[in-house]
Amino acid sequence: MTLQRKKAPEFRAIDHINLIRPAHQKLDNGCNIFCFNSGDQELVRIEWIFGNQRFDAVKPLLNIAVNTMLTEGTGSLTAAQIADKVDFYGAFLQVDYGYDHSQVTLYSLNKHLQHTLPVIYDIINDSIFPEKELETFIRNQQQKLQVSMQKNDFVARRVFNKAMFGATLYGLGADPDDYKTLHREDMLAHFKQMYQPSNCTIVIAGKIEQDILELVTNTFDKGWTNSPVNADTTQPGLQPATEHFYLTEKPDALQSAIRMGIPAINRTHPDFPLLQVLNTVLGGYFGSRLMVNIREDKGYTYGIGSGMASFKQGGSLFIATEVGADVCKAAITEIEKELNLLRNEPIPAEELSLVRNFMLGSLLGSLENVFSHADKFKNLYFAGLDYDYYDRYVNVVKTVAADQLQELANRYLNFDQFYKVIVGKY
Amino acid sequence: MVKFNRFTLENGLRVIVHEDNTTPMAVLNILYDVGARDEDPGQTGFAHLFEHLMFGGSVNIPSYDEPLQRVGGENNAFTSNDITNYYITLPSANIETAFWLESDRMLSLAFSKKSLEVQRNVVIEEFKQRYLNQPYGDVWLKLRPMVYKKHPYQWATIGKEIKHIEDAKIEDVKAFFKKHYNPQNAIMVVGGDVKTEDVKKLAEKWFGPIPAGEKYHRNLQQEPEQHEERRATVTAKVPLNDVYIAFLMGDRLDKSYYIAELMSDILSRGNSSRLYRNLVKEKQLFSEVHAYMTGSLDKGMFVFEGKPTENVSIETAEAAIWEELERIKTEEIPADELTKVKNKIESTTIFSEMSLLDKAMNLASFELLGDAEMINHETDKYLEVSAEQIKALANQLFRKDNSTTLIYLAEIS
Repeated sequence: MTLQRKKAPEFRAIDHINLIRPAHQKLDNGCNIFCFNSGDQELVRIEWIFGNQRFDAVKPLLNIAVNTMLTEGTGSLTAAQIADKVDFYGAFLQVDYGYDHSQVTLYSLNKHLQHTLPVIYDIINDSIFPEKELETFIRNQQQKLQVSMQKNDFVARRVFNKAMFGATLYGLGADPDDYKTLHREDMLAHFKQMYQPSNCTIVIAGKIEQDILELVTNTFDKGWTNSPVNADTTQPGLQPATEHFYLTEKPDALQSAIRMGIPAINRTHPDFPLLQVLNTVLGGYFGSRLMVNIREDKGYTYGIGSGMASFKQGGSLFIATEVGADVCKAAITEIEKELNLLRNEPIPAEELSLVRNFMLGSLLGSLENVFSHADKFKNLYFAGLDYDYYDRYVNVVKTVAADQLQELANRYLNFDQFYKVIVGKY
Repeated sequence: MVKFNRFTLENGLRVIVHEDNTTPMAVLNILYDVGARDEDPGQTGFAHLFEHLMFGGSVNIPSYDEPLQRVGGENNAFTSNDITNYYITLPSANIETAFWLESDRMLSLAFSKKSLEVQRNVVIEEFKQRYLNQPYGDVWLKLRPMVYKKHPYQWATIGKEIKHIEDAKIEDVKAFFKKHYNPQNAIMVVGGDVKTEDVKKLAEKWFGPIPAGEKYHRNLQQEPEQHEERRATVTAKVPLNDVYIAFLMGDRLDKSYYIAELMSDILSRGNSSRLYRNLVKEKQLFSEVHAYMTGSLDKGMFVFEGKPTENVSIETAEAAIWEELERIKTEEIPADELTKVKNKIESTTIFSEMSLLDKAMNLASFELLGDAEMINHETDKYLEVSAEQIKALANQLFRKDNSTTLIYLAEIS
């Protein structure tokens, strides 16, 4: 039998997705623990996730500075001692600051957990933000900011977020002078109010026998108490700017960074999975309309894509790229064309079925290991959703009709209503 | 421990199968034994440009990406100075689509002129985005030719200059394909929710009929030892001064590779490392400073890179780095410090086994080095390294006359 090289092999669409669900327990101090037990390797990832304190425009950097400096010293350990302990046991300690939450993450082999956990306990219970470390932090951050400000895509993101979200955690882009508003006393007070058990969610993923779980609960239950004042995790409302067009000229630029988009719904909205399908068609995968036209046909860019962000108070849909400075206007014209096309014409059935399969495959592929299952859970939990969200998502991806997407395009993909930011030449 | 099975097709294609039934996915990774080091000095950047063209349709299949996306798959590729690596992840039920696509482009490309024209532009934009339009982005374009006088590592994967990419012709593309893209020059790893027997059948079916082609015999001029201090200073539109010091080191198969990696960990891995602790935190001379090695297959570079804090002179900054080098050359390394970096190697290895794609890529790389089984003995090689060996290697590498220093001075506006 001759080989049929021109004909694609048979394939199967993905029917359903199996997600690992966590075991849950609530400690007496109010801290919730979610536990994902799976995998062969004798290791764990543990995350301590805290809701961010309310944004204060006068002291805009408190949330991020407090989080970043958690590894810089406690009542009993210096920054150097913290680093020594973590590294000696082959562990990885990370602090991460996000729009809605800040977190501490520990990756540790199970056999060393008894030595690494007490360091975390110390950090989230008794960080002291030593004056000298604060000075170093400020100086180094200011220097890094100077380098970042030379990158067009970085500047574009800042200008865009500020225009879309105003004086909030979402719109914040630090200026060198903002670092002068950082004072140790404020940081300590912020820390005490935010980093307490009642504002903490612990997510454990890995190979978790009973003794590992007990080690965690024993460390973070009895000795860890709440502050007299609850964390204030309410946030000021979004403040989108009236001006929609921003150009930062860089006369020497070889490329211009373009970022444009609109405030949109977040994951809690029933239309969110629908909009994800539309976003995928527009710019969410390699074969997307933007990529095929602006990279693969015109060669204006190394990459272009669209994305969606979902956070507590809302969301956004945006397009981002860096294009040759001489083709910046042409690229924007093509972006507008692609948006209008989605508004004016239904997506052809072939393309839509490809996108359906791609999205389901991509969801399946994103579940690489037990850590990814925990990540999927966090998306749900912090949006106040249940696992039926993913059932709904799978169902929407399988069944969404072209006219629904066209209707959605008319609601969200209006080029004239987009915020548009250009850094470089226009 | 990464278990695998191995077989070779008659046409010379080496195939490795790693069964991992904890995932519903499969990975198909193909490493081609060709990188920027195999390029003509007058046609640099070609291996990487060629990688882009591999997505421009093959002899029987006009679009590579579309049929893959249709079965829920994703793919990407990268080119380095040594290799070009292509990978697909997809639901394991659809693994045959990956065989179909990859075998057809190993058989022959479509050699579309339109694709060449567009990808030339795309790669030129990539050149600008990553190397020219970023502060310090052109460092490797400047540093490589200072360190390598003979060996083709003197140019970066992206190429020496944009003109080389502009000049690429379809005939060059065809010749490059013929020379490098055939079963004998490739290693395929299939991993995930698959069975070796099935992979064998699919490999025979789709790859078996591809002609073996000619084996490419690499014969590169190796970089001679360096016996002179090299130095350059550039003034650039960058916000901060920046210091780079590169030392020529051994190749990937040299025993010193493992010693060098532990040495770079002692110097620069994590917040407990020497450079960070002493130069950033204690002496406050740098806002950031790092040491790392390029890890190339032929003789590599051991690089130091740091941005001095404001008001710290370049001389002071350089002297501070050399002081740390003197320390590691002369002082005993405390046992705890060596244990620390070894523990980190051990945990990194275990964590890397959480990723199917990482395992597949690593198996292919080790097979290229000589034996995929090396993947399971790496940790032991690190554990065997002694403090004396590190000290000896430091003395061998960190000599002024083996150093190449590149200084970026911020233009005062």
